[in-house]
Amino acid sequence: MSTLVRRHRRDRIMVGAMVVAVVVAIVPLAFILADVIAKGIGQLSASFFTQPEPFVATASGGGFGAGVRGTIKMVALGTVVAVPIGVLAAVYLSEYDPRGPLATVVRFFADVMTGIPSIFVGIFVFTAIVLTTHSFSSWAGGLALGILMLPVIVRTSEEALRLVPGTLREASLALGVRRWRTIVSVILPTALPGITTGVLLSIARAAGETAPLLLTAFGNQLLVGWGNWNGPEASLTLEIFTNSRSPFPAQQARAWTGALVLIIGILILSLVARAVVARRAGRSR
Amino acid sequence: MTVLSAGRLVTRRPADALFRFTAATCASIVLILLAGMLIRTTWSAWPAFSHSGIGIVTSNSWNPNLLQFGGLSFIYGTLVTSFIALLLAVPVSVLIALFLTEIAPARIATPLGYVVDLLAAVPSVVYGLWGVFVLVPFLTPIWQWLSSNLGFIPLFSQFSSGRDFATAGVILALMIVPIISAVCREVFRTVPADERESALALGATRWEMIRLAVLPRSRPGVVAAVMLGFGRAVGETIAVAYLIGGVPNKVTPHLFQQGSTIAANIALQFNEAASLPLFKAALIALGVVLFVITLLINIAARLIIRRGGRAA
Repeated sequence: MSTLVRRHRRDRIMVGAMVVAVVVAIVPLAFILADVIAKGIGQLSASFFTQPEPFVATASGGGFGAGVRGTIKMVALGTVVAVPIGVLAAVYLSEYDPRGPLATVVRFFADVMTGIPSIFVGIFVFTAIVLTTHSFSSWAGGLALGILMLPVIVRTSEEALRLVPGTLREASLALGVRRWRTIVSVILPTALPGITTGVLLSIARAAGETAPLLLTAFGNQLLVGWGNWNGPEASLTLEIFTNSRSPFPAQQARAWTGALVLIIGILILSLVARAVVARRAGRSR
Repeated sequence: MTVLSAGRLVTRRPADALFRFTAATCASIVLILLAGMLIRTTWSAWPAFSHSGIGIVTSNSWNPNLLQFGGLSFIYGTLVTSFIALLLAVPVSVLIALFLTEIAPARIATPLGYVVDLLAAVPSVVYGLWGVFVLVPFLTPIWQWLSSNLGFIPLFSQFSSGRDFATAGVILALMIVPIISAVCREVFRTVPADERESALALGATRWEMIRLAVLPRSRPGVVAAVMLGFGRAVGETIAVAYLIGGVPNKVTPHLFQQGSTIAANIALQFNEAASLPLFKAALIALGVVLFVITLLINIAARLIIRRGGRAA
């Protein structure tokens, strides 16, 4: 009887430890979100998204307009580069020869590539583009983000393509539709919600990157024109980084507001990504 | 099978062959990129490699002004902070994964899983910002207390400023909990339900069921999860750059001293290096070292996961 009591006590202790572990992980998250909101909301205004930083470091006001624009530009470039390549690569992995040598090796190294430090991708783009063009640039930053997004898009798109029922493929092929036509008009549209989720999650990840942009886009206090891609440009993350390292309260305050804007943006993207999946799940049922 | 062979027949048409070729090219880009990244960066780092030789990883004197580029202290700092992070994050992550897969009902486990995953959605620059202004003031008195009461242990002696190996390790721990617990959750889910049920049917408590049925089968997967977390910690840059102090040449057992890591040092010294070509090459060389380390860790982890997947 006493062993039974001991066994049940041990069971309760271990389950208790699990609950404690969950709390230990969630409490810092709650504090991070609460602190970012509390310290960031004060300076939040419409002009924060459009105004550049003031020239005088100690001056308050202004905003991260340069960074917001830079993040939009560079993430957009990364998306435009990475999505077609990533989705087509996923088509190969899932539709052509999924068990073949190329697919096996690519799938493996795409997984490996998701674990490569983002700063190394920054170093690569620095050596390949910044050193050869002799200038930091928005498009170098965008390409670095694209490289980081690529493996994520390949793997999530492949998962989405694999969920397309085989009967759809068979039905289309049996009607005499060519393979590429089947892929473009039957398989890809069916997998679209899953692919969209992967793309949105990779955009959220890219928008939060700092280290690779430090070495490629470099940062800039000035607003850079939408059409100007050849010079250094800020991103939201770079402005948070530089402002938070300043001793002046006005700059630190802007860094917190920048963090708030960044987190809200990333949370919205993540929620939309989940909603897309949830809607598909609901429809198929 | 018939479908496959029908597909092959159709593939012979030119439009199909072209589409297939394009898709295969895009798939190959992943491999070309990885190889290209290694070659291009090694090429740019070559002046530093030929200047310092193996000393770039074995020598502990990093003095760019004297053209001394020994990066041992950065490798040391990277390993120390990553080990602190693993020490803190692994038990927590495994327990979280066990709770979410084995104990909590799906109604609670699903939203809780989302929340834990949110830790991964917080950008590292925000971890750094929060770390400097909230975590450092919070941890400093704790570190000071440890230092004055357990100072006879070298690990805890010589407190400096609150920006140190230990603080960087704590923030890294937070950042790698989601990846470790996510992979562990996947691994625990592959344990067949009948093994759990047989343990429970024999009268095992929930914890005994976990110990008898879940953990033994999951060991390789958990090892892989830990390695993936290790790889993340090793490569993390910005949050560590905020919190470690950024002081080179510190190979010390004292965890409450300032130091630096490979990735943090690249980010922190990158601007200074602009005017000195050899300095720049040395930072790129550090990047190559970092890439090779993380590549090996990730390849090993993925091999373990793949083998486990095949066995199951």
